[in-house]
Amino acid sequence: MTTVIIDYGSGNLRSAAKAFERAALNAGLSEEIIVSADPRALSRASRIVLPGVGAFQDCMTGLTAIAGMREALDEAVLRQAKPFFGICVGMQLMAREGIEFGHHPGLGWIDGAVVHLEPSDKTLKIPHMGWNELVIEKAHPVLEDLGAAPHVYFVHSYHMACADKAHVLASTDYGQKVTAVVGRDNLIGTQFHPEKSQRIGLKLIENFLRWRP
Amino acid sequence: MLKARIIPCLDVKDGRVVKGINFVGLRDAGDPVEQARIYDQAGADELCFLDITASSDNRGILLDVVRATAQECFMPLTVGGGVRTLEDIRALLLAGADKVSINTAAVKDPNFVAEAARKFGRQCIVVAIDAKQVSEGRWEIFTHGGREPTGIDAIDFARQVTELGAGEILLTSMDRDGSKAGFDIALTRAVADAVSVPVIASGGVGTLDHLVEGIRDGHADAVLAASIFHFGEFTIEEAKTHMASANIRVRLF
Repeated sequence: MTTVIIDYGSGNLRSAAKAFERAALNAGLSEEIIVSADPRALSRASRIVLPGVGAFQDCMTGLTAIAGMREALDEAVLRQAKPFFGICVGMQLMAREGIEFGHHPGLGWIDGAVVHLEPSDKTLKIPHMGWNELVIEKAHPVLEDLGAAPHVYFVHSYHMACADKAHVLASTDYGQKVTAVVGRDNLIGTQFHPEKSQRIGLKLIENFLRWRP
Repeated sequence: MLKARIIPCLDVKDGRVVKGINFVGLRDAGDPVEQARIYDQAGADELCFLDITASSDNRGILLDVVRATAQECFMPLTVGGGVRTLEDIRALLLAGADKVSINTAAVKDPNFVAEAARKFGRQCIVVAIDAKQVSEGRWEIFTHGGREPTGIDAIDFARQVTELGAGEILLTSMDRDGSKAGFDIALTRAVADAVSVPVIASGGVGTLDHLVEGIRDGHADAVLAASIFHFGEFTIEEAKTHMASANIRVRLF
């Protein structure tokens, strides 16, 4: 079984790759973890991971600049229904659009817009940076066995406002309800960084690697 | 709610961890990768590497250390020291740093912060400010390990770099660094209240109460400490338990 982490020039993917390798090891899975910029890699992938850091539009531009990637993603994720995991901006790209210096279309897999955080308490700092508690809104196999009051590492200034609340699997509180995990069918995405969230993050990745949607 | 972060800092020289008292009399506190692994397992919220290697010749050693550390750690890693160009930042990020801290280069040319944020995203650009009190309620920026005065007001500068794109401020009191007398609370509070991004208080931690004061009285979002952890005086867990008992929200591991 092969998990492909898509490399489209958005940041360092080694940390994501090593977290998936460690999680596979912890789970006793002989999963092969590959970092690839080649759309053809998606056809032989069993699972697909889309990371991302920086601005929404830059990431979307980087992703769609790879010839054939958009089509390969739609084919593997929407038609073949392979388990998909978006991380941080990779999760945001699942949205219909991003609203950061104008309106920019996303992959359109989740009906929602990526909007700036607007905490009610104006003394709260932006970016929302650090460890915050995950509130599970809807039970999901990827969010199982995380223990009581799981904390995960966030660093972001935007989040996804979902049109359908059923797509919000977990949230966190930062002067507003912040979308922390989205998902439907074979798709899941986390606003936080599981690869930086120590044992909770590794457990979540392990759950993803075992997930059979 | 978001938790206050405890960040152990490893001063790294030529690939080894050292920590000085006011930057002289360095003591060897071991292998950075091993220390990073211990902190990761102990539940440190982040880790900071400060490269204090004097010459730039040994830059490759730092990148190797960052690479080896990133391989072992599943927590955010900030690396600083001698970062001068966009290429320096890129090399550190590719080696596995999550955030890069800019100090002298930001003082020399604040627009470098804007360029870096535009290129790599605000979330990975930390501006390190080393400040010394020059009169009541006024702190000035010093560079080169606290030796060079610049005449720049620390609070104005913090505001300026935040507007330009800093995602976080790492604020060190040069008066307190290595003193174990506690943070410069007035300085910390003045900067934390002046900027819209998170502030890490640094310089002077000697007791666990100092960590509490940095958050509660200094309004910092995170506290950084080196020697109290390295030499086994306190564990991360003791620090967190102590802060929690003082009603500071922390992530208990």
